[in-house]
Amino acid sequence: MVERIPLTDMKTGETGRVVEILAGKGVHNRLRALGVRQGIKVTKVSAAFARGPVVLQVYGAQTALGFGISHKIIVDVKR
Amino acid sequence: MKRILLMGNPNVGKSAVFSRLTGIHVIASNYPGTTVEFTQGTMRVEGEKAILIDVPGTYGLEVTSKAEEIAVKMLEDGDAVINVVDATNLERNLHLTLHLLEKNIPVIIALNIWDDAKHKGITIDVKKTEELLGVPVVPTVAVTGEGIKELVSRIPEAFSPKIAERTEEGRWTEAGRIIDQVQSLQHRHHTALEIIGDASVKPLTGIPIAILAMFAVFKLVRFVGEQLVGNVFEPIFERLWQPLMMQLSSILHPGSFLHSIVIGKLIEGEIDFVQSFGLLTTGLFVPIGMVLPYVFSFYIVLGFLEDFGYLPRLAVLLDNLMHRMGLHGWAIIPMLLGLGCNVPGVMATRILESRRERFIAATIISIGVPCAALQAMIWGLVGKHGGGYVGIIYLSLFIVWVVLGRILDIVLKGQSPELIMEVPPYRLPSLQTISKKLLMRMVAFLKEALPMVLLGVLVVNILYFLKVFDVIANLTSPVITNVFGLPKEAVAAIAVGFFRKDVAVGMLGTLDLTAKQLVVAATVLAMFFPCIATFVVLFKELGVTDMLKSILVMLISSLIVGGLLNAIL
Repeated sequence: MVERIPLTDMKTGETGRVVEILAGKGVHNRLRALGVRQGIKVTKVSAAFARGPVVLQVYGAQTALGFGISHKIIVDVKR
Repeated sequence: MKRILLMGNPNVGKSAVFSRLTGIHVIASNYPGTTVEFTQGTMRVEGEKAILIDVPGTYGLEVTSKAEEIAVKMLEDGDAVINVVDATNLERNLHLTLHLLEKNIPVIIALNIWDDAKHKGITIDVKKTEELLGVPVVPTVAVTGEGIKELVSRIPEAFSPKIAERTEEGRWTEAGRIIDQVQSLQHRHHTALEIIGDASVKPLTGIPIAILAMFAVFKLVRFVGEQLVGNVFEPIFERLWQPLMMQLSSILHPGSFLHSIVIGKLIEGEIDFVQSFGLLTTGLFVPIGMVLPYVFSFYIVLGFLEDFGYLPRLAVLLDNLMHRMGLHGWAIIPMLLGLGCNVPGVMATRILESRRERFIAATIISIGVPCAALQAMIWGLVGKHGGGYVGIIYLSLFIVWVVLGRILDIVLKGQSPELIMEVPPYRLPSLQTISKKLLMRMVAFLKEALPMVLLGVLVVNILYFLKVFDVIANLTSPVITNVFGLPKEAVAAIAVGFFRKDVAVGMLGTLDLTAKQLVVAATVLAMFFPCIATFVVLFKELGVTDMLKSILVMLISSLIVGGLLNAIL
């Protein structure tokens, strides 16, 4: 079953596909530069305690995103 | 001369390639009219000299940041591009490459980090990649120098295929299409560096690792610094310089005006490099004999941490704390640089997005982050009374750093932007890159510190001679004695703090203060005002109004903290 959830609700080690980024143009641009955009596959590497940043594997690199942004990135996860 | 541009994503080993290609003579400068820094050097292509420009790392040529804007501008007057590409992350890197190939400039590709790609089970068909992209592709390992010769010899083959312009999405699709044809992946186990890399970003293991790492860094910096002072610099000053200065002293006659400026006071008939306070005695000993060794050891360790890839992980772990101070994790970088010297620390606040963040960061650096010069002097003078006293100074500054950041975050309008940052894998750094960076930093330190220390010592002597300090001391004695519990003569040291904090702490050494008084004085000195070099940079980075605000914050908080320390201790 496919679940549509924000990045912050993903479990560490889970992989999902980005379906929507609910952020302004500036944030969109900065994310796109790192390859984070609609349709891309991402794997969650880790999450810090208490609303800390989320670390993702995107392409061959890891990207850290603040909790606020991560909450606005919606992914489809097969569970 | 031909201008060759070195371009690529951040964290692809571009600086290591740059170090390999260029000679010793490398200059860092700001792009005209901007705060974006780049380095350039010279190299030889087919026997002819060419300029190699290390363009700031960019992910694409869409102008979304200052660095990208500069990269696009530099592209206009370059003659060729060496596009450094990370072989372990080819697909994302190709996005920039494909964009470059649309432009009217010859391109050659350095497929860097080739060794790691092999370890990771990534095989790339180089011939096929050349065919598909239409430009030369050379596998390189910049850290060891592998492939660099071939890269240089093939620069003349650089070519501009001028492929049709694509949309951004089109480039991503094309990158994916190319990857499908040239790259194959094999299953393999995680390397040791990858395992440590992941462990140090996950909070459960990362926080203990961070604490251990910071402790080790602190110990290492002190150890290397102490060894250098004790075994190299002190012997040089005591055995070689001292006899020379004693001869000069007898020529100049102790007590004469010239003697008191050049040699300073004799302490029990001898030159005391800390207390004599002449230009050629204390003026040279403080920056070279006491401070330089620690600055040197600090920059070695920092350079290693930077190139190893630890700092982004620290940024992730500290993001939460930094958010409470109106900043995000990445702001830890200017703070760490500030521990070396506040000037590059404040300049590095440029990496932060908003004016508000830059103000908060620059202010708390100037107040709560003691530079290596100041720290070295504190260890030297206060450390004699016991490590606990040094600990109190550090603890006070740390508390001020956090509390002030929190207050500024609450008081200032606006909110802190979010962290968006690449976390590069751990990589063993190239010795060449580290030593080049170290050399540049040491030269910058000496250029910065030596003239200012000498000027500071000169001014102090003249002001003493003119009895100006006596007047100031009497005027300020209510604050100095009542609030801080210091003898009124200490005001001279605090006044010198406007120039150089290391010289100022050195002056405290001439006053015969108790341990408690030293702690109060050193803490107040660290906080109350930026040294003149930092002052100039604050002015440039923040503008007059914000700089004045920042200084007001410093004055008020140093009064409060100095008073509190005096009351508590």
